[in-house]
Amino acid sequence: MPTYEKILLKNMEMPGYTGLLADYERVGGYQALRKVLGKIAPADVTAMVTKSGLRGRGGAGFPTGVKWGFLPKDYTGPKYLCCNADESEPGTFKDRQLIERDPHQMLEGIAIACYAIGAETAYIYIRGEFSLGARILERALAEARAAGYVGTNVLRTGVNIDIWLHRGAGAYICGEETALLESLEGKRGLPRVKPPFPATHGLYSKPTVVNNVETLANLPYIVNRGPEWFASIGSPPKSTGTRVFCVSGHIKRPGNYEVPMGITFRELIFEHAGGMRSQKPLKAIIPGGASAAFFTPQHLDVKLDFESVAQAGSMLGSGGVTVMEEGTSMVWAALRLMEFFYHESCGKCSPCREGSSWLVQTLRRIINRRGRMEDLETLTDLCKNIAGRTVCAFGDAEIAPVLSTLQYWRDEYEELIRAAEPSGAAELVMPARH
Amino acid sequence: MLREKYKDEIEQILSRYPVRRSALLPLLWLAQTEEEYVTEAAMKEIAGILRITPPQVYEVVTFYTMFNLRPVGKFHIQVCKSLMCGLVGSDVLLGWLQARLGISPGQTTPDRLFTLSTVECLASCGTGPMMQINDEYYERVTEERVDRILADLKRDGTSPLKSGPFILPQLAGSEK
Repeated sequence: MPTYEKILLKNMEMPGYTGLLADYERVGGYQALRKVLGKIAPADVTAMVTKSGLRGRGGAGFPTGVKWGFLPKDYTGPKYLCCNADESEPGTFKDRQLIERDPHQMLEGIAIACYAIGAETAYIYIRGEFSLGARILERALAEARAAGYVGTNVLRTGVNIDIWLHRGAGAYICGEETALLESLEGKRGLPRVKPPFPATHGLYSKPTVVNNVETLANLPYIVNRGPEWFASIGSPPKSTGTRVFCVSGHIKRPGNYEVPMGITFRELIFEHAGGMRSQKPLKAIIPGGASAAFFTPQHLDVKLDFESVAQAGSMLGSGGVTVMEEGTSMVWAALRLMEFFYHESCGKCSPCREGSSWLVQTLRRIINRRGRMEDLETLTDLCKNIAGRTVCAFGDAEIAPVLSTLQYWRDEYEELIRAAEPSGAAELVMPARH
Repeated sequence: MLREKYKDEIEQILSRYPVRRSALLPLLWLAQTEEEYVTEAAMKEIAGILRITPPQVYEVVTFYTMFNLRPVGKFHIQVCKSLMCGLVGSDVLLGWLQARLGISPGQTTPDRLFTLSTVECLASCGTGPMMQINDEYYERVTEERVDRILADLKRDGTSPLKSGPFILPQLAGSEK
């Protein structure tokens, strides 16, 4: 099995590493912050990050340095950094590991980002269910404040960086950056119409950057080892660095694997994660979290980088790779994901709110042997009317599982419909929202 | 009343934000921890503290699934039913719990010890099937573990089978 140098999981995989400040300092922790504060101009830090090619690890994959560069220049009022720790995409559990096992690594990244964009306040928006993660981060923040890495006059450089933890309370949509900002302002987490973008009108209508945990955790290493080093890892020039891929489903060794971008699904699934859990062959892969279109075994040699996965018709998304074995019903899998999206639709846009409910009802009807052939047309038609007609990307995300399973496994839908009870009237039962 | 009991804590929370309303979720958490659910009185009081209207508090409480508007059992069992846990047996886990507790999702046992719910993805897809009980995760749950966990909770109010910090892949399967 090929082995690669790890960046983000390296510390925590050392025997006895606790994630406490003393351990983090022992492996060179907070040296990057010392290196930049007051010594490298903020604009040069941004340039360094742009040069590294680092792209967002939350799902959208936007270049981090470019995102920072959108903040208005010569603006002297307050700016904010928000760390998106609302990890909720089904199939994704990497940020949880980064938070619980090495909290100072992300805190140092947050401090560096604050300095680069000129923000004196950062909020870590952590999903409400991560109670353990929140306790671990609070302890780490207390350590970092006491050691002078966070707070006023950080390391006696005159730079102020306050970091506060803010717990969510159960809403997938708050991972969408503008919904996150609404939630942080004490409102329902409804995504905002864009433009204006958070770079100019973010938290409290002030210039704001929202970055994912894994994105921020990479920053200390980009500073310490240089953007050229980072840009040489993975699939340059567009997919640089490593990714922490979360492998789940019918797999022998489920878990997080940090590998350079650009290795194939075959290598990740069969070498790193040990292959299928039983004798049953692979049937389907979800390549990048619940919002990504399904792949088939024919896609095993697709490379795990942003461009390759997009070219093959899906997306690298959040890095959640789920494998399913032969015998798994793809209609059932699509329904399970659709039930998730139905439950989590925030309700702001009618196509998503109503469409998700109709998609669930139609899929349930087919599974309950009450489907009709024209239901397949209904499913496609519903998806088309959701696509591109919502304020945020949730609408495009929720149709991916339905459309892709229809594309690759239409025969399974047809088989269920042919097995429908001839007298069965269409079942019209509204599923409960909660 | 929250204001008397948690005066310093509320001041500390308010000081983190330039806009008072941002303290809404933290104060609701405080209220829920105090009473196990968010009472109408608490919502009114929080509205007063933040200088917003009670409906503005109520609309937020009802948006987020973790806030309870009714009392729940002493132990709130929440089983992840999203696809990834579904692939590795969350329906079976739910069946075990229903059989042992004699209740369906959404119900509370007559002794008010256990409330059973199903929830969506808890970011524990590599260690399913799993459930959250109050603040703690329980991962890679087997039938035998269900019995031990329920017995532990009844007897001690907690269980050593709860998850610690994230299980590393090379240890997965060996930490039983």
